[in-house]
Amino acid sequence: MNQYEKRIPIIKIHDYLIVPIQVDMHDKQAIQLQSQILEEIARTRAKGVLIDISVLEMVDSFIGRMLSGMASMAAIMDTSVVIVGMQPAVAITLVELGLEMPGVDTALNMEKGMEMLERKLNTRKIDTY
Amino acid sequence: MLDITCDFKSELLGKFAIETEYDIVTVRQTIRQFAKDAGMGIVDQTRITTAVSELFRNMYNYAGGGKVFIESGDVEGHHALIVTCIDHGPGIENLDLAMSDGYTSGMGMGYGLPGAKRLVDRFEIQSKLNEGTTVRIMKWK
Repeated sequence: MNQYEKRIPIIKIHDYLIVPIQVDMHDKQAIQLQSQILEEIARTRAKGVLIDISVLEMVDSFIGRMLSGMASMAAIMDTSVVIVGMQPAVAITLVELGLEMPGVDTALNMEKGMEMLERKLNTRKIDTY
Repeated sequence: MLDITCDFKSELLGKFAIETEYDIVTVRQTIRQFAKDAGMGIVDQTRITTAVSELFRNMYNYAGGGKVFIESGDVEGHHALIVTCIDHGPGIENLDLAMSDGYTSGMGMGYGLPGAKRLVDRFEIQSKLNEGTTVRIMKWK
């Protein structure tokens, strides 16, 4: 098995799914990951997803679109997605590339991402009362 | 090959074929390594890796693949890393349109060409219908 067939883990902790992307994904792998995450959301009824991209050395337009698509799809399933740990060089390149990622929440690291999800969930609880 | 003028001295570092999705990943990683070896900073390494990733995907999606030449050369007083992508696909009908921001092709996405152009120091493109497309990008070291 080479690194391209390696499955990206989706870890469930309480109400959250944690997805550490630690390989340079090819396009098909990115699409597979998208559907795997959605299936896991349905199966575990997770309230939030943290996608850690801190080891990704580049995000091109395809992966960028996959991440923002992921956030919109999860939102339809009543789940929030936070992308955490984007490297500064990746952020600079994404902006220069002209890729906008509307509706995508980001956080500096896993801890801040978790806090962001918790804040969102709390606001939602208050809203329902 | 469509002609793009070669008015500079260069040394061929490598020649690769893009035939599968895996090739897109491995060849862009190779280019990052060349950029690193050339002493480029992390942001420039990321810029050129991202730019070539867009170009390789175009070759794979629209032309079924193509060839990539990586060179090191001296251009207008700059030490440059030069990447040339050559395919024999359908070609691009309207280059001006394909090079404009916000343009999307029939596949629901753009060619990523204007974005790739912004990430490099020089960007040249030649395309002929039913013959293919050649794109050459350069990043100063």
